[in-house]
Amino acid sequence: MEITVAEALVECLERENVEIIFGYPGGAVLPLYDALYHSTRIKHVLVRHEQGAVHAADGYARVTGRVGVCIGTSGPGATNLVTGIANAYMDSVPMVIFTGQVPTIQIGTDAFQEVDITGITLPITKHNYLLKDPAKLSMVIKNAFHIAATGRPGPVLIDIPKDVAQARISFKYPSTVKLRGYKPTYKGHPSKITEIAKLFGKAKRPVIYAGGGVIASNGSEELLKLAEAISAPVTNTFMGLAGFPGDHPLFLGMLGLHGTRYANLAITECDLLIGIGARFDDRVVMNINSFAPHATVIHIDIDPAEIGKVITTNVPLVGDVKLILKELLPLIEKVDRSEWLERIKSLKEQYPLSYNRDSSLKPQFIVEQLWNHTKGEAIIVTDVGQHQMWVAQYYHFKKPRTLVSSGGLGCMGFGLPAAVGAALGAPGRKVILVTGDGSIQMTIQELATMMEQCLSVKIILFNNSALGMVRQLQEYYCEGRHMATNFQFHPDFEMIARAYGIPAYTFRTEEDVVKGLPEVLDSPGPAFVNCIVPPGENVLPMVPAGRGINESVAC
Amino acid sequence: MEKHTLSVLVENSPGVLTRVAGLFARRGFNIDSLAVGRTDRADVSRMTIVVEGDKPLIEQVTKQLHKLIDVIKISNITEDEYVDRELVMIKVTAEPGQRVEILHIAGIFRARAVDLGSKTMTFECTGTGGKINAFEESLRPYGIKELVRTGKIAMLRGSKFVALSPAQARDAESA
Repeated sequence: MEITVAEALVECLERENVEIIFGYPGGAVLPLYDALYHSTRIKHVLVRHEQGAVHAADGYARVTGRVGVCIGTSGPGATNLVTGIANAYMDSVPMVIFTGQVPTIQIGTDAFQEVDITGITLPITKHNYLLKDPAKLSMVIKNAFHIAATGRPGPVLIDIPKDVAQARISFKYPSTVKLRGYKPTYKGHPSKITEIAKLFGKAKRPVIYAGGGVIASNGSEELLKLAEAISAPVTNTFMGLAGFPGDHPLFLGMLGLHGTRYANLAITECDLLIGIGARFDDRVVMNINSFAPHATVIHIDIDPAEIGKVITTNVPLVGDVKLILKELLPLIEKVDRSEWLERIKSLKEQYPLSYNRDSSLKPQFIVEQLWNHTKGEAIIVTDVGQHQMWVAQYYHFKKPRTLVSSGGLGCMGFGLPAAVGAALGAPGRKVILVTGDGSIQMTIQELATMMEQCLSVKIILFNNSALGMVRQLQEYYCEGRHMATNFQFHPDFEMIARAYGIPAYTFRTEEDVVKGLPEVLDSPGPAFVNCIVPPGENVLPMVPAGRGINESVAC
Repeated sequence: MEKHTLSVLVENSPGVLTRVAGLFARRGFNIDSLAVGRTDRADVSRMTIVVEGDKPLIEQVTKQLHKLIDVIKISNITEDEYVDRELVMIKVTAEPGQRVEILHIAGIFRARAVDLGSKTMTFECTGTGGKINAFEESLRPYGIKELVRTGKIAMLRGSKFVALSPAQARDAESA
């Protein structure tokens, strides 16, 4: 039976068990939307800006571990997706993005709403396709979902000209993918695994440095077993947070620029560094010469290109984190490391995370209260900036996929739409968005999407009337000259929330939080809490630019 | 800095050259030369890429290239014995009185005259990069009007070869 490419596309998505698509319609995607109209299995979520669609698909993918799907029209629809695609690429989030394109005959003529979106997204997609041959639709979609979800996950874009979408084809969905240039390595090399197990036995001061790859491979349980088996403290990268229980005695918190001093010092003192699903990012390593100077470095990652990219690795091991850890565990011999663990304990006691309490409402206090009331059971979505770092420091994530945040790209405006996607991906679970007054104003229109979808997201706004993180950088690096970081006008956020029909509150004191937060979090439905926090608060500790990870300052 | 010669098999699909060239540009790798054309199979092209850099850089180049879905196989043939050739066409100023002299030079390099104008001669010459450079320098005093080089192509010596594995040859499909 012949059907249109657009109808076949919907059929393909149903075969891939896509349950939800985030999108925004337009001229070039009319055929696709018309086909979606007839789908009973796929829910379409209408956002208010394409950036909202791609971030929502991202949030959905991060909480579910499934491929997020979004769609935008040609031209501006496609370019509005670009930031979110880059974000998904940087954080290795599986995603398939559909864009409409002008009819084939008009491609290259600067037609109305034409952009070369495959060209534009070349550096920020794992792969992309411009579908010119209608007969290849099924294969392209099959490949796209496979590429997005396997190996090191990432976004794949499919650009579909309008006439191709309207073309008629006989539909058949392939059962297998044939990609001779793409064969990710999952199984770790056995001899390397044995070598690593031996190194565990020899090490006196091992540290596990675990990143987002642990979560992507669903290997959190194995990581916990490994850490306990070899009695090694664990530090997480920002992307790795929630991949190891935050209240575990072996946990060192986050490392790097705004990492705990004890994590950073443990890295400095360790004699064996076990990098797992992490990429030695510049915000972690800081000054490369003083990063883990005494350590033999093991690097386990599914992406061979990450190994040796930043630092020299002694034992590289390419493969899937979960599979590798499973093979490693039986080979481990128990070693007494009480001396090292004592040292870690004393570092923790010597350099605890701390902030000065005063009469103002400190953002760190709010995060602590959020932890007290949720005990790590909520899904925490953040935006980007100081609030994000305070969440990373003071919220003790317990279970994987409970932190949704823009790590690599550091994309302000991610939070609200990502919370929408997270809430749709995790129905029945508590979703809390922690955001800032800078970030939320970048995508605030998605409050409408949130309400239209009847989502009970709790929005906790850290309102310091400033672009806090940049202001902090100006404190340190521009001699306190605050150029363009203090808002001279601030909207009444309570009124904005109410305009969307969201119950709104303003907290000004610790007492307001202690009294008001439980009700906000426990009542059904959405809520918007405008927390007035001091503009001068800095994220500490921090490693000054150019310094080593061991040189973080606390004031 | 050493020069490395990579023999890369890629899907013969639109945009593959852009993907490879774009990768080099955005990661800050320098391409010395790049020659591309289809192989004995219509669905596969071969790129011969010459890159300058130390070992870690070349390793990174190779790994990043591997991440491109359209890249099927990469071989760094630098360390192996291989034959390499480049083709150049040079249009040189040649007044009627100079033609014999120029033809003589061309003979030394086994270049062939492929065109003749009233005041110019055009030669083709194949060989290693060094030979091509020498030929170019020999003609420079007469005035080079135009020069075009293909970039290096290379092939392993003896019975070694860089080709698809049987499984890759079977998986012919690609979008």
